[in-house]
Amino acid sequence: MTTSTSHLKSHPGLNLGAAHGQAHEDAEPVVFGFWIFLMSDLVTFAMFFAVYATSLQATAGGPGNADIVDVTSIALQTAALLVSSLLFGIATVAMKHGSAARTVIFWLIASLAFGLCFLGLEVRDFIDAAEKGAVPMRSGYLSAFWALVGLHGLHVAVGSIMILVVCAQIAFFGFASDVKTRVLRLGLYWHFLDIIWIGIFSVVFLPGLLT
Amino acid sequence: MSEKNQRAHDLRMYFTGFGLAVTLTALSFLTAILQPFGPVGLFATLAVLAIAQVVVHFRFFLHIDLSRQAREDLQLILFTGLLIAIMVAGTIWILGDLMTRMM
Repeated sequence: MTTSTSHLKSHPGLNLGAAHGQAHEDAEPVVFGFWIFLMSDLVTFAMFFAVYATSLQATAGGPGNADIVDVTSIALQTAALLVSSLLFGIATVAMKHGSAARTVIFWLIASLAFGLCFLGLEVRDFIDAAEKGAVPMRSGYLSAFWALVGLHGLHVAVGSIMILVVCAQIAFFGFASDVKTRVLRLGLYWHFLDIIWIGIFSVVFLPGLLT
Repeated sequence: MSEKNQRAHDLRMYFTGFGLAVTLTALSFLTAILQPFGPVGLFATLAVLAIAQVVVHFRFFLHIDLSRQAREDLQLILFTGLLIAIMVAGTIWILGDLMTRMM
């Protein structure tokens, strides 16, 4: 490790390092700004969790927590998100260490594929719940459930579109310095959604298995 | 550190995080499925495992640590954590209290 001043710059997520010159210089302020956005997003999610926790009893005689949990599907969704996060990490490491654009795009698309698996399973669960009469307008509890889990799903859907966008940018512009910092920020967003998901399976789904 | 070592080091970071995350997730699911501890024990175990996994994700995927350079970000996280604790605990406390009075 060298101790040059540019090497001392550091920010959340994978640091590109001084060898990336302009991109590394640019990364610190833009990543810090993005980090502030993520933390405010975390506050939003926290309030959805709080609303969920206070609505647990408000089932109005409709389906409750235990009636809509499919533990196999939740386990698969968790696995899909974790693998997707790992693949995104591999993509950023490949970008940092000078892999070809098509290699990085390959890892990003692989990450996207697992993200889409997650979304597909989640949509299937939502359809199953709706068929059991567990629609959001049925009770206060179900409104809170759909809002919390749906908000996370919406974030994953937006992230999936953004993965396609950065892949297109890499393909068209190559690794320009602003493209590199976008990949870094999207990586933070993608890993951040995993952290929200830990909260969702620990607070919403697993307690539903209680007999 | 040479370029090759650095690359291996960066990759190892993600794989270590992934391994720990999978282990903690598996423990959470096993505890919920087998339920060896009863309701209170289940909630306590899930809470501990979830917090541990959040720390693992911050450390290995988001690279937040206790080094000097990362401290601003750590402060931001801790401040957000404080805000969340006040708002979430306050919401649950007040609305829970109202609910018991309505019963």
